[in-house]
Amino acid sequence: MIPEFEKFKRFKAKNLPKEELLAPGHRACQGCGEVLALRMAMKALGKNVIVCMATGCMEIITTPYPQTAWKVPWIHIAFENPASVASGIESAMKVLRRKGKISKKHVDILAVGGDGATSDIGLGWISGAFERGHDFTYICLDNEAYMNTGVQRSSCTPYGAMTTTSPPGKKSFGQVTWKKNVPGIAVAHNIPYVATASPAYFLDLMNKVKKAALVKGPAYIHIYSPCPTGWGSAPERSIEFAKLVVETRVFPLYEVIEGRYIMSRKITKPKPVQEYLKGQRRFRHLDEEHIAYIQQRVNADYEKLVRLSEMT
Amino acid sequence: MAKRVGIEVSIALAEAVKLANVDVIPAYPITPQTHIVEHLSEVVANGELDAEFVLVESEHGAMSCCCGSSAAGARTFTSSSAQGLLLMSEILFIPGPMRFPIVMAVVNRALSAPISIWNDHQDIMSQRDIGWIQTFADTGQEAFDLMLHAFRVAEDRRVSLPMIVNIDGFTLSHVVEAVELLSQEEVDQYLPPFKPRYRLDPRKPITMGPVGIPEIYSEAKVAHNEALKASKKVILQGWKEFADLFGRQYNPIETYRSEDAEVLLVTMGSISETAMTAIDTMRDKGQKAGLVKIRLWRPFPGPEFRKAAGKAKILAVVDRCLAPGAICGPVGAELRSLFYKVPGAPKIFNFIAGLGGRDVTVGRFEEMVDKALVFAKKRPKELYEVIGVREK
Ligand SMILES: Cc1ncc(C[n+]2csc(CCOP(=O)(O)OP(=O)(O)O)c2C)c(N)n1
Ligand code: SF4
Ligand SMILES: [Mg+2]
Repeated sequence: MIPEFEKFKRFKAKNLPKEELLAPGHRACQGCGEVLALRMAMKALGKNVIVCMATGCMEIITTPYPQTAWKVPWIHIAFENPASVASGIESAMKVLRRKGKISKKHVDILAVGGDGATSDIGLGWISGAFERGHDFTYICLDNEAYMNTGVQRSSCTPYGAMTTTSPPGKKSFGQVTWKKNVPGIAVAHNIPYVATASPAYFLDLMNKVKKAALVKGPAYIHIYSPCPTGWGSAPERSIEFAKLVVETRVFPLYEVIEGRYIMSRKITKPKPVQEYLKGQRRFRHLDEEHIAYIQQRVNADYEKLVRLSEMT
Repeated sequence: MAKRVGIEVSIALAEAVKLANVDVIPAYPITPQTHIVEHLSEVVANGELDAEFVLVESEHGAMSCCCGSSAAGARTFTSSSAQGLLLMSEILFIPGPMRFPIVMAVVNRALSAPISIWNDHQDIMSQRDIGWIQTFADTGQEAFDLMLHAFRVAEDRRVSLPMIVNIDGFTLSHVVEAVELLSQEEVDQYLPPFKPRYRLDPRKPITMGPVGIPEIYSEAKVAHNEALKASKKVILQGWKEFADLFGRQYNPIETYRSEDAEVLLVTMGSISETAMTAIDTMRDKGQKAGLVKIRLWRPFPGPEFRKAAGKAKILAVVDRCLAPGAICGPVGAELRSLFYKVPGAPKIFNFIAGLGGRDVTVGRFEEMVDKALVFAKKRPKELYEVIGVREK
């Protein structure tokens, strides 16, 4: 068991931190699930943190110079490398503390990337940082495509989804591959803490972020983040989709603590995937056959996850 | 007290990094840079140097890690060559404008394809415009001295820019030379501790690396360029104080038997040593040849070069880099623009030599000078010639 979790106090609706470390006035679209998730994560972490961010929507919308939405130290270097930048910061602080050049006080280090930054271009950098065991948290804000560049598919784009580079047509039905299991890849690095979260379950999300920060060594959190602009969904329905994705078992919530899978929310009576898919333009073209295939794979993946939680 | 030892140049350079008491070393292996990082990993492992040696997964990761480390206020060093330098390339353009004083040793090597581990300057010339201060060492002693100079200049608050010391792969990095290693007390006298103006610190939050909207992008680029140009003063001051303390004077442009020369060879890096021998040979034959060596490549010391070139009528500029499809090599092009329409400017001919480890012998330098003399009489079709290429 992880000793740091013993002193961990869960957030409750009553005791949520009031301070906004990611200030309002940023330029995200209405109903943006990414910025919402990020705001909650920042509330959970508090002031004592350094944020390293990948190029992407969140970087662009929070820092059009001379403005910044960040009330904590924040750095952006490039698209694929926030995990390496975090490695550098963590190493620097370790040695500077040892040499008595900075305060001994612990500072949390957070790296943030979108699904493109995480599952595609930055995967090797993240793998390196996990393998080296730096004490930091990596959050993937997964809106299931490269949104900042105009909705191109990533390897986290769900099967069948329409993007500008996976368009449905006479010879295509949209994204042809199944979503890459990035949390599984993180687990394979034997890091102490991995979790999935959705902003609809905000207390769960915040508690997971806090635990990730408390843990010594690398932690990974994969956060499902609705993007009305990229998905063709109503901005006011973002939270609803963030809930439906869990209730349909499409995006199960779980933790993996030192290799042990723990279901955060068991979905005993799942809603059909169709309920989640409808209302999003990116899935509108899918026929029954494809939807049936999605249902079948969602069932299989969920069962596998339950088996893992029973086995470990 | 300084001690004079016979030592491999890579190790001497790494000893300078150790004496600089560097804090973080993200490193990834590539020939011919490996001996530097191997030695550093050894001195960290046996407790001679208290530093974090970060075993990154690639050079791109190494430079990204350097940016984070420097932003957090740590003295940061890395080293690379050729393919490794190019894998970093995206990130190399970032610490300049962000004002991170990362120090790097580039052990110059040819670029693929075809793959070659041997020496030339194609790697660093492909990264010419990354906005770092760049110097070139000719000897082991220079490699050691310039390394200490690099930390001192880069971290000076008036500068706050990344800096590269170039050394030639194998022909310099792997040879054993007599080098005077300074003692810790001597180095401490010269190199103050790193005190960054800004660092990532939750007590004083700042945003580093925001979006450069069109209203600000040009200003940001110009500010960086101005800082790079203004760094020359501190570079010179750093060399002057080095000379005052340790008696070895470095200059942005160095000359050898150039005073009354009609033809000047222009070189960079370790081939300058052979060029000096060639000059002696030519002088013995009564030829008025001399040598100009470029030590400071960025910011380019224009006035110093013009002064060094003096009244010479012909420059035979040696480039260790072939710029495909270009008018001439990068050093040749630089000097052509420097002298464009300057009254009494010398005629400039460009020789591409020593690609991928091809030896540049005394005879080759004589050949370049002879050819330059002929070209001065009859302008050649092309502004450059690749020296010593086999026809068959
Ligand atoms: C090396 C490199 N390749 C491509 C890009 C272009 N680019 C910038 S952001 C981005 C998409 C980001 O997608 P994601 O990581 O999913 O974040 P999102 O914008 O969706 O939040 C791309 C492709 C870049 N900046 N750098
Ligand atoms: S495009 Fe999507 S992720 Fe980006 S700011 Fe808009 S809603 Fe948020
Ligand atoms: Mg995305």
